Amino acid sequence: MSDFVLFDEEFHQIKDVIGRLKADAQAKVVFIVDKNGQQIAVQGDMESLDTTSLASLTAGNVAATDGLARLIGEKEFPVLFHEGERDNVYISIVGQRVILVVIFDERSSLGLVRLRVRKANGELERIFDTIQKKVESEKTRRQEGFDSPFAEITDEDIDSLFRE
Amino acid sequence: MTFINYAAREINCKIVYYGPGLCGKTTNLQYIYDRTNPASKGKLISLATETDRTLFFDFLPLDLGTVRGFKTRFHLYTVPGQVFYDASRKLILKGVDGVVFVADSQEARMDANVESLRNLEKNLIDHGFDLQTIPYVLQLNKRDLPTAMPVDELYRQLNFKGEPTFEATAPAGPGVFDTLKAVAKQVLMELRKK
Ligand SMILES: Nc1nc2c(ncn2[C@@H]2O[C@H](COP(=O)(O)OP(=O)(O)O)[C@@H](O)[C@H]2O)c(=O)[nH]1
Ligand SMILES: [Mg+2]
Repeated sequence: MSDFVLFDEEFHQIKDVIGRLKADAQAKVVFIVDKNGQQIAVQGDMESLDTTSLASLTAGNVAATDGLARLIGEKEFPVLFHEGERDNVYISIVGQRVILVVIFDERSSLGLVRLRVRKANGELERIFDTIQKKVESEKTRRQEGFDSPFAEITDEDIDSLFRE
Repeated sequence: MTFINYAAREINCKIVYYGPGLCGKTTNLQYIYDRTNPASKGKLISLATETDRTLFFDFLPLDLGTVRGFKTRFHLYTVPGQVFYDASRKLILKGVDGVVFVADSQEARMDANVESLRNLEKNLIDHGFDLQTIPYVLQLNKRDLPTAMPVDELYRQLNFKGEPTFEATAPAGPGVFDTLKAVAKQVLMELRKK
C-alpha cells in the first residue's frame, strides 16, 4: 500500500478550497481527514476544538458506517449528517479516499451546506488526484535513486527520540 | 500507511495494539498517557462500554520529537479484544504501520492468545498486509501474576519470526515504553526503504 504524501502546493490549494467552502456555506469549521484518521487541513475557529481527536473519531465513524453499508449491500454512504442542539456535522467522502467535515450552526442550513459541499467536492477530488499522481511519480524517481529525506535515518536519530 | 506531510513537516504513523480481551492493551495506552508530558500528547480517547471494556477503540496521539527536520507523530490505537467484535477490530487495522501483540502470560489465556494471533494474521491479509513483514513487536504482559507461564514457553508458542519480545507488567510500567520504542523504531526504519 502506498503512503500518503502531502506537498506544499496541494496543501495550499486544499486550504483555499475549504476556506472558500467555509465562507460560502457560512460554516464554523471545515476540515479534511484521511480515512485512516490523520488530519490533512482545517479552516475555521478551532480554538475550542481538539482537532486530532476529531479526526480520529470522524474516521472511526466513517469506517463503521462503511462496514454497515457493505453489510446491507451498499458500496458506501457518501454522506453522514449529525444534528445537534446547537451545532451540526456534515460529513462527506471525497473520491473514496478522504473525508470532508463541515461543522455549522443556525447561521447556516443543511441545504446551503449540501449545495456548497457538492461544489467543493469536485475541486478537492481533482487536487487529490494530482497528489496521487505525484506520489506515484515520486516513487518512480526514488526507485531511480532520488533521495528522500528519510533515506538516511540512522539508529541514532531514532534513539534520540526516546532519550528523556 | 505513513502519512508524510511536507507542508507541515510531519510524519504520522499508526500503531495498533492487538491481543485477546483483557490482556492489557488499554492499560498500555493508559500508562503511556500518564507518563508522557502534556505538551507531547493529545487526549486519550476510549470508546468503551459502561463496564470499561473497549467497544471500538482507544486512541492516543503522541509526538515523539523530530527526525531529520520532521515532527514524528504516532497515533496509538487498541482494538476491542473480545471475539465477537471482529468487524470493528478489522476496521482499526486500516492503514496500520506497526503492530504490538500484547499476550496475556496466564496459562488459562494461552488459547485466547493463539486465537487472537491467528485473527490478526487473517485481518491483516484482508487489508493487504503480511504479518511476516509488517513492523511487529511481541509483549508478554502480566508477568507479575503467579499464574504467569514461563517466558520460554510463551516465546516458543507465540514468537514466530524472532520479533523483538518484551516482558511487561503494564499497570506498573515495566516493558511498556520498551515495547513502544521497539515498534516505533521498526516503523521509522521502514521509511528508509521507501
Ligand atoms: N496483574 C496485572 N494485571 C494487569 C496487567 N495488565 C493489565 N492488567 C489488568 O487486566 C485488566 C484488563 O486490562 P485492559 O487493559 O482493560 O485489557 P484490554 O482488554 O486488553 O484493553 C485490567 O483490570 C488491568 O488492570 C498486568 O500486567 N498485571
Ligand atoms: Mg481495552
